Amino acid sequence: MTVADLTTLIEGSLLTPPAGEARDVSCGYTCDLLSWVMAHGKPGMAWITVQTHLNVIAVASLAEMSCIILPEGIQMEGPPLDKAGQEDIAVIASPLAAYEICARMAAAGIPA
Amino acid sequence: MSAPALQKTYQVQHRDFGTAGEASADIKRMLRQLGVQSDILRRVSVAAYEAELNLVIHSLGGQLSLEVDTHHIQLSTSDTGPGIADLEAAMRAGFSTADDEARGMGFGAGMGLPNMKRNADAFDIQSTLGQGTQIAMTFNLS
Repeated sequence: MTVADLTTLIEGSLLTPPAGEARDVSCGYTCDLLSWVMAHGKPGMAWITVQTHLNVIAVASLAEMSCIILPEGIQMEGPPLDKAGQEDIAVIASPLAAYEICARMAAAGIPA
Repeated sequence: MSAPALQKTYQVQHRDFGTAGEASADIKRMLRQLGVQSDILRRVSVAAYEAELNLVIHSLGGQLSLEVDTHHIQLSTSDTGPGIADLEAAMRAGFSTADDEARGMGFGAGMGLPNMKRNADAFDIQSTLGQGTQIAMTFNLS
């Protein structure tokens, strides 16, 4: 599944440039503790978090994730969003709760 | 160790969350260019990030250094204080002295030092309260 497919699946909107839409999503994860995510992050991962500051992009980039998903209508703007674009990390804002996003991703066959 | 093929040192400022992670990202970029294999690259990146963020959150400022030779990657940190009061507790997963600001950003899970130790092939930490902390991590390349 690509980032574009995932965006549609979770009724989201892509906040970063369209270039990131073609990336493949390998697995999903949700957590807001950055060290925890650093310990479990994987290449291609779609990471659901309510955190929107610069270090979220650093963690996603170091782990070579495909995208960050912001649940419940949370938005990202300014320097973190610019940085995400530079690092080729897609950022998706979804109106759904993290639980619902996980349920849809799992039902679509995206592994943990 | 043989003569280093690459050496670089990064200054890390206390509470500078705006640039936190940039040294680790630079280290990862350089090691990728050197052709370091992906699983080692990932372990070094995680350890470098945790070390860098520990300097930002807990130290009064310090430096993160990278040294690469034919057989090893060495990451080391040195700071100017304040030192760790209970090193045994600090090494325990889940133990953290991070303040509310850092916790609000998602730091302070108490995983930093355990993540470094788990990812490095050799890990050493020395700390003196009132003086500072030094960490040395080695990653085998072969």
